[in-house]
Amino acid sequence: MLATIQITWQNLSDGVALGGLYALMAIGIGLVFGVLRLVNFAYGQLVMAGAFALAFGSQWGLPRWVSVLFCFGVVLALSVLMDRLVFRPLRGKSPAVMLVATFAVAYLLQSIALLWFGPLGKSATQFATLNAPWTIGGVLIRQVTVITVVVTVVCLLALRLLLDHTSVGLHMRAASLDFATARLLGVRANRVIGGAVIVSGVFAAIVAIFLTVTNPQVTPDFALHDTIVVLAGVVLGGLNRPLPATLGGFAIGFMSGVLGGALPTNQSQYLPAFVFTAVILVLLVRPNGLFTRGRGAVERV
Amino acid sequence: MRRLGSLPVLLAPAVLILVTALLATQASVSTESYFVDTLVKVTIVVALYAFIGNSGVLSFGHISFVALGAWTAGVLTVPASEKPAIMPGLFHVLRTTNVGNVPSLLLAAVAGAVFALVVGLPLMRLSGLAAGIATFAVLEITHNVLSYYEKIGPGVNAFSSVPETTGVWQAAIGALIATVVAFAYQRSRMGRQLRAAREDPAAASAAGISIYRQRLVAFVLSGALAGFAGGLYIHLLPLTNNTVYLDLTFLTLAMLVVGGVTSLLGAVVGALAVSALDSFLSAAENGVTIAGGHLDLPAGTGLVVVGALMALVLIVRPSGLTGGRELRIPRRRS
Repeated sequence: MLATIQITWQNLSDGVALGGLYALMAIGIGLVFGVLRLVNFAYGQLVMAGAFALAFGSQWGLPRWVSVLFCFGVVLALSVLMDRLVFRPLRGKSPAVMLVATFAVAYLLQSIALLWFGPLGKSATQFATLNAPWTIGGVLIRQVTVITVVVTVVCLLALRLLLDHTSVGLHMRAASLDFATARLLGVRANRVIGGAVIVSGVFAAIVAIFLTVTNPQVTPDFALHDTIVVLAGVVLGGLNRPLPATLGGFAIGFMSGVLGGALPTNQSQYLPAFVFTAVILVLLVRPNGLFTRGRGAVERV
Repeated sequence: MRRLGSLPVLLAPAVLILVTALLATQASVSTESYFVDTLVKVTIVVALYAFIGNSGVLSFGHISFVALGAWTAGVLTVPASEKPAIMPGLFHVLRTTNVGNVPSLLLAAVAGAVFALVVGLPLMRLSGLAAGIATFAVLEITHNVLSYYEKIGPGVNAFSSVPETTGVWQAAIGALIATVVAFAYQRSRMGRQLRAAREDPAAASAAGISIYRQRLVAFVLSGALAGFAGGLYIHLLPLTNNTVYLDLTFLTLAMLVVGGVTSLLGAVVGALAVSALDSFLSAAENGVTIAGGHLDLPAGTGLVVVGALMALVLIVRPSGLTGGRELRIPRRRS
């Protein structure tokens, strides 16, 4: 069955692009987890809100850069609001409670979108021209693919710089290692958490822009499925540190992208089943993540 | 007196279920369906409670047992003459086998239990976040396979022509059976061992409790109840594979959390309270007249309010409406 797969350069480039986007979402989720120990299930709804902002941008005929600004504004405002109204009161609760709470927020935002924009949603067509292909070395590659990869790399480098060379980055790393001790040593909790929430919001807005290029119809469940896949990827990679989380997101995106294009339809319809079976198998072997070192601390009794 | 002391633990939820059933018989035909639906939801939430409440491990995967139970009961009760039209690709065995109402519910429970055993054998070793994600993966896989594998069901189409045998009493008896099973389990030696492991895993394993084995027992039991609930559900209305997916997962988890995860009473109270609110709001979406005023909400308000309520309860009162406690007769000091 597997022998029938023909993997082309096209498939590989699609895989890299999807992997890049999922890597960005993975960092967004991983950063907030680092400082809050909270898996943000509602991350996809931030992307959805940004995509709706872009859809309104094209409806009102705004210039592209204004739409982009609008998208960033909406996503960042929503991130900060989410932090204030939900994450802050939940600080220190058990991880299960926080996971269920963000699950609730995700549903709340999705149903608000359903209420306002209807099940068919709106279309965001301003960036559709990026679907046009470039010929690179005799291979046709869509512009959006190249731009996604470039932007992802730039974002990762910028994040690296932020974490390694600024004081807020240092505070973030300290907080994700041990929040209580970091606070004792003078790290201001709200500032660090605010920083992480804003950076993760920025990534959500970027993801929204790229997702609307390939999928211009913005519906209330926009990015919902992507979030579930990315969450699986993040846990696969290892949540505790940014790099493993990013690699996990990239790996699962790459795998979905390549297989989705390469498999014939009667097999690619079962792609989610393949991907999630792989997720379960990996979790069984390495419950603490694929790209982490050492075993998790199990209390010996 | 020790025996009497624990009686309210079973009686309180049972009375609530019976009152709901009695109210349903008094209601008009159109509102009766809301009550029956509520009783089926109670069964699902009690099934969830049997695992999540006793073990303290989150599961996003239980709706896949509900789905499999529904598929089992549905496939075996659609009249043989109508099977080729609705499900042309069915396996020969499934096309030629037909069972009655009660056997179909029992087989649904068996299907749920077997599925939970197969899934639980590897997954019960996980806990925390990994368990949450892995059970979510189970839900995704089940939904994906049920959508496209037309040898075992109608695929993406609605499961029509299943005999609609789940009326008020079948639903009420189903919910009562689930409640009694959950009660008997949490009072049993195994149930108590699992609850001990929930409170303090280290101390429990030091006392010789195999956490893995106790979780597996609870998982299979609650898989059986969930499959049974799925059987009840498919005999109530023609489900599609999207009915038993994310929305139902969210709604039933919300019910459990709003009521209080760690008590049987919480599961029943949460299911009833959220169902009542949800039914009222979906009625209001079609327009209702209450207390002289006319209320006409836009479609979709229901989920918004339930989502907001769930977030609010988690923030203000994370142990739920019942505080996660059972109803007990206060003990007199001796």
